[in-house]
Parts: sequence; C-alpha cells; structure tokens
Amino acid sequence: MSTANPQALIMPADWRDFFALTKPGVMRLVIFTAVCGMLAAPGTIHPVLAFTAILCIAVGAGGAAALNQWWEADLDAVMKRTAKRPIPDGRMERSSARDFGFALSGLSVMTMGLAISWLAAGILAFSIFYYAYLYTVWLKPRTPQNIVIGGGAGAFPPLIGWIAVTGHITWMPVLLFLIIFMWTPPHFWALALFVQIDYSKAGIPMMPVVAGERSTRRQILAYAAVLLPLSMTPWFIGGTGMIYGLSALLLSGLFLWLSIKVGLRTSATGDGMKPEKRLFAYSIFYLFILFAMLVADRFATVYGIQA
Amino acid sequence: MTQPSDIRPLTTAETDALRARQRERNKVMGLILGALAVLFFAISIVKIAEKPKHEAGEGVATAPVHS
Repeated sequence: MSTANPQALIMPADWRDFFALTKPGVMRLVIFTAVCGMLAAPGTIHPVLAFTAILCIAVGAGGAAALNQWWEADLDAVMKRTAKRPIPDGRMERSSARDFGFALSGLSVMTMGLAISWLAAGILAFSIFYYAYLYTVWLKPRTPQNIVIGGGAGAFPPLIGWIAVTGHITWMPVLLFLIIFMWTPPHFWALALFVQIDYSKAGIPMMPVVAGERSTRRQILAYAAVLLPLSMTPWFIGGTGMIYGLSALLLSGLFLWLSIKVGLRTSATGDGMKPEKRLFAYSIFYLFILFAMLVADRFATVYGIQA
Repeated sequence: MTQPSDIRPLTTAETDALRARQRERNKVMGLILGALAVLFFAISIVKIAEKPKHEAGEGVATAPVHS
C-alpha cells in the first residue's frame, strides 16, 4: 500500500481493469481456435458442455494472462506498447492481479474437470503453467527463442477443444497444436521486426535485438517453409478431406511467398517495413481461414459433400 | 494503517466516488456469480440426463469417425 501521500484516496480497481487483465484481444483467437478444434473433432458434445469447455479454455487463458501481467509489471512499465496496462499505469495493485489470475486459473481447471473430463482439465492446467511459469518467468527473459516456446501456449486451445469432444489424444489434435506452434515465430517476429526498439529497452532478448535482423529474417523463412508441408499433414494422414488440404496448400503457399519477401530482404532506414507489416497482417488472416476451412471440411464430410 | 494521525475524513465527493466504484464492482460480481449458478445448474441437468458413458453410435448420427 502506498504511504507516499496519505491524503490520496486509494480506490479499489475498476472491474474493467480486471477485464483488461485477461487480454480480451488475444482471447478472441483463443476462443476461435478452441471452437474450431471442437467443431472439427469427430463425435458429439452437448451444447451446454461445449459452451462450458470453451468458457473454461477462455477463462484459463485470461487467468494466465493476468498472472503474466502480475509478473511482468516492471517490464510492461518501460515499453510504450504495454505501459498503459492496469498495473504499470497504477490503476491496480499488483497483488490484486496475482489473486485474480490464480482464482481464474483454479476455477477454470476445476470446472473443466468436473464438467468435461480430467484429461482436458489436466492439459488446461498444464497450458496455464506453461504460459505463466515456463514461458513468462523462466524462458522469456533468458532466450531469444522465447517466442518459439511461447507459441506453445497459444497452441493449446484447439487441442483442448478437440479432446473435450473425443476424450482422448490422437494425431489430429497434436497436428493442430504443431501448426500453431510453427506459425507463431514468423507471426511474432514479423511484428518484432517493426517494433524492436521497445523490446531492447525492456531488456527482453527478442530475436531481432539479439541475433540481428538478418538472422531473424532467415528464421521466419525457415518456419514458413516447414509450415507448408506441416499444415497439409492432416490431409496426408487422412484426418481431413481435400477441401482442407487444398486450402492449406494455397494459404501456406501464400504465407511462404510473403515470408520469402521478408526473408531475403534487407531493410533500409525509412522504408516503412511494408513487407513485414503485410506478413504480420496476413499471418492473422491465415490462421483464421485455415481453421475455418478445417471446420468446413469436417461439415462437408458429415453432410456427404465430399468423400 | 500505521499512521492514523495523518488520515483525514473523506470528502463527500470522494465518498461518493468510492461508493460508486464499489457498487459497480458488486453489480458485476453479482452478475458473474448468478451466471455461474445458472451454468452449474445446467451442467448438472445435462450430466444427470447423460447416459453413463460415451459409446460409439450414441447421440446424433455423425460421419464416419476418422482419427
């Protein structure tokens, strides 16, 4: 509690700031991929239970985000992009974010276990631990590969959504996990290339700051090259039909093409970083459409439109 | 807490602001708890109505299962 100015009125934090702590922007992609994982999975689930599973995944992600901001408040304070978050901006006490984060995490895991299955709950618990501890506390400040590992955290939702329906792990949900895992580094490094000043100020070893632009560009290209065959693997192993397979070929092909443009170029001062911004914007579109096509493929199979 | 001598009573405006903030928080908390109660009731009903275990062929007819 602040004692600097005893006259100042200490207000309890606004509920909107608690909501902001869950990173609602990120949650949109979490919910979307979780819903897609669920819809694409073979089998049925009662709508109430489906809603509960999605809610648990979203709330768990929100809890992990709150814990992340509790831990990183000092770093957030020195970066322009994050300085206005509730804790660095002084609108909320650090301990409130910590308690809120633990409460959301615990509640979501317990509910998932009781309503859906303890396998799904266990993976949800691990994903929260993975993001809030393994990534935030341990690896992010230590290695420039932090984004590669952080990508794992974002890759869990479709996996959990799938398993909530089927009740067991097969290759398909693992492939969905791997696709997001491989997608994250080029997606994030494209962003890091045009906002790198911020990260160097906070002392986070982001790839362009540590290994230099050239190496970062090459690695974006490498990941995009792996993503092309990987995104088509669900089709190769017979997990999906042609609708998904050809969509993946087209979408990943364009992803690779935009990555080649970023990967083989050297930026000059004042060129506006256009190819990087375009790759970043496309990468978001890419993931949305790829997962939407996965669902479309499944429905086409269910209704006999494709074999 | 340790320096009560420094603390002056809140002005009316400050008290109003504090109360308004508290009321707002309570309202949101109430809504969340109410929604959770409804959700848990719904989950219970579904669970009770559900057949003991997921079996192949149970529920709505679906496409051939692929893994």
